[in-house]
Amino acid sequence: MANNYIGLFDVIGPIMVGPSSSHTSGAATIAWMARQIFSGKPEKVTFTLYGSFAETYKGHGTDRALIGGILGFKSDDVRIRRAYAEARKNWIAVDFVVDKDTYVSHPNTVDVFMTGEDGHTLLIRGESVGGGRVRIRRLNDIEVDFTGEYSTMIIGHKDKTGTVAYITKCLAEDEVNVATLKLFREGKGLKAFTVVETDSSISDDLIERIMKYKTVASVDLIQV
Amino acid sequence: MDWDFKNIEELLKLCRENDLPISEVMINREMQLGGMRRDAIIDQIDTRLRVMNIAVDRAISEPSKSMGGLIGGEASKLSALDESKAVCGPIIHTAIINALAVAETNASMGVIVAAPTAGSAGVLPAVLMSFYEYHDIDMDVMRNGLINAGAIGYILTRNGSVAGAEAGCQAEVGSASAMAASALVEMLGGTPEQCCDAASIALSNLLGLACDPVRGLVEVPCQTRNTIGAVGAYTAAELALANVGPHIPLDEMIQITYDVGRALPESLRETAKGGCAVAPSMCASCSKEAAWQRARSMM
Repeated sequence: MANNYIGLFDVIGPIMVGPSSSHTSGAATIAWMARQIFSGKPEKVTFTLYGSFAETYKGHGTDRALIGGILGFKSDDVRIRRAYAEARKNWIAVDFVVDKDTYVSHPNTVDVFMTGEDGHTLLIRGESVGGGRVRIRRLNDIEVDFTGEYSTMIIGHKDKTGTVAYITKCLAEDEVNVATLKLFREGKGLKAFTVVETDSSISDDLIERIMKYKTVASVDLIQV
Repeated sequence: MDWDFKNIEELLKLCRENDLPISEVMINREMQLGGMRRDAIIDQIDTRLRVMNIAVDRAISEPSKSMGGLIGGEASKLSALDESKAVCGPIIHTAIINALAVAETNASMGVIVAAPTAGSAGVLPAVLMSFYEYHDIDMDVMRNGLINAGAIGYILTRNGSVAGAEAGCQAEVGSASAMAASALVEMLGGTPEQCCDAASIALSNLLGLACDPVRGLVEVPCQTRNTIGAVGAYTAAELALANVGPHIPLDEMIQITYDVGRALPESLRETAKGGCAVAPSMCASCSKEAAWQRARSMM
């Protein structure tokens, strides 16, 4: 299926908790993806809101949608309405920072900064680009670009020769067809993320095999 | 057989050559390009119709205040209106109630179907549910109505715009109105050409409609705009079925709507910097509570 295919249910849909496809549905999806990428349960989450998100987030329920996403609620889950209470029940501390000054390239931008029980952290920047569609634009300090519309594997590794070749070898062994594969890095020889979008789902065994490779530090998955 | 179409002309050609209604061509396209089976498509359509129905009922039976506090309870108020004052007649009265109701559900974080957007989500349920209530039709007919609307919405999305921020409310409520008008014509047994005529009339009647949400919220005037989208769909369907109208081909009308949308000043494209959003009585600098009070007293 082509990436720009507009189908019947793209037009008659999504089914979503209101009031706004960009400010509510998209926000929930960004946070949901952030939770999928984060290993383990976050103990504390700070959301930094930019642009239009910073201006009107309360009236659009953007805050509740973001918290809901962190709790694993998808954008049509009515529990988003009582996300604050659900977060308390799950012992996740949430905090919002409104930043109206920093320039961002897209008006609906949010940074999700998660701290785990073991102290590890992850920063994810997401953009809600309209109609509930989203893009992830940053992982920690590295600029990335993927949508989560496919099964997506995010591999954190050192930028070293052979890593990507090893990853593609593992994918080929499992007959997983790659839709896109992109490498994003801090710089030559430094930290990098390889983001693989695939047509079929990815098995735990495949993740384990990739994890074994000497330069690989983390493998996280967004399954659609 | 290639079931894809990139504009209305190609859609109508597929309808003519295969002697099929718009909904059936759209189902074939979805099966071929979307890789879905017919029963899965029907299933998904039924789910959406159910969600629409619940979105209508919820606001009438359990009215609640919106997130922004500007609306809430309007659908139940209208339901309680004395019959002698329901001047629009039963079907339009019901359509108006339904449109208000879905907008309320949406604004209070209830579950809705974006069709084509959340801001215009009231129009299609308003028309489909009121039509179903007052016309003796099968569920199948209503399903086909929604699929037909999807075909028109797809071309609007592809060749025009359905985003208020890009092309004003005419792109949201206007598009929804065009989709609903076409759906009505198919449900009433009109031809595919009449469907597209109805959509074109509905669009032309809302041409230039500003997107001017008070305080940037999907509440005022979005809620009542949804009612005019629904009523406009009924009007356009009736005109098209009588072969009355400007007969501007829908492809042209979509382009015209898009061009007009781009020509709208930025202040009228979802920025809350013009139109109703800057009405002194609605001014953004006022407190939330004061704005709420005023909104209540206006209704």
